[in-house]
Amino acid sequence: MTKIILPELGEGITKATIACWHAKVGDSLQEGQEVCEAVTDKASFIIEAPAPGKLRSISVAEGQEGLVGGVLGTIE
Amino acid sequence: MRTFAQKSLNVSSTTPFKLLAMKSKIIIQDWGLINYADGLERQKKCVQNVIEGAQDHLILCEHPPVLTLGRMTNPDSLLYQRKEIEDRGVMVTNVDRGGDVTLHAPGQLVVYPIFNLNKRGRDLKVYMEMLEEVAVDLLKNFGILAISISGKRGVFVGKDKIISIGVGVRKWVTYHGLGINVNTDLSLFNLIKPCGLDVRMTSMQKLKGHPVPMQDVKSKVIELFQK
Repeated sequence: MTKIILPELGEGITKATIACWHAKVGDSLQEGQEVCEAVTDKASFIIEAPAPGKLRSISVAEGQEGLVGGVLGTIE
Repeated sequence: MRTFAQKSLNVSSTTPFKLLAMKSKIIIQDWGLINYADGLERQKKCVQNVIEGAQDHLILCEHPPVLTLGRMTNPDSLLYQRKEIEDRGVMVTNVDRGGDVTLHAPGQLVVYPIFNLNKRGRDLKVYMEMLEEVAVDLLKNFGILAISISGKRGVFVGKDKIISIGVGVRKWVTYHGLGINVNTDLSLFNLIKPCGLDVRMTSMQKLKGHPVPMQDVKSKVIELFQK
């Protein structure tokens, strides 16, 4: 199982809101495919699948905040 | 289309962004008036090229009247029915991004910096501050005192927003950018709540009391990004 992590976005940025998921649980993903979009108060950041597989879980739903370094979902 | 490049410089990820912005190689393209969807496709190609190692790009253009609806658009942000808006000659298009509704129209200079932040230090905050600084400096050159407000996207004159900023990042390459209201028909903003906010929009034309030559603004934008 591979974790989808909210990466470091910049100095002082500790969290971001997940604006949208581009995939549903159960969808097949290729490595590098866009899976979700994280939004800070200033910018949007596309997060890609770190590995191929099926999206197994979504930990941070659309509209919720995730922490930098935290798990947004998993791929298996 | 106008294309030219500045001299290149080897860069490291620890060098301050502003210095790199001054010295790094940038391809500048003026797309003129371009349909939003066509511009987005071209922008995506530029992003892919930069991801694959091409030089950074600075794109300037204007769009025919269009409302772009992000996936977080609140239905209340459109103040009229979609058909009513389209009947007024304003296209309405859904876009695959977060965020609320944005308006583009002729007279608004749209600036898309396609910059590889992998070469400039991966820091969204520093990048956004650089954009805001360019925006404030641009207006200062035209005798307009503007400010950026912590926690709010865009640049303001008093309480009125004059420049919208919306940035996307893919593989640490930036896209979207600035919407500078130079001579924009401000009545178009009455169709929406810009970015979902109850904010009044203004323009350089309104503040100066006369139209501002678009080419002068373009030249200054290019100069500031290369400064």
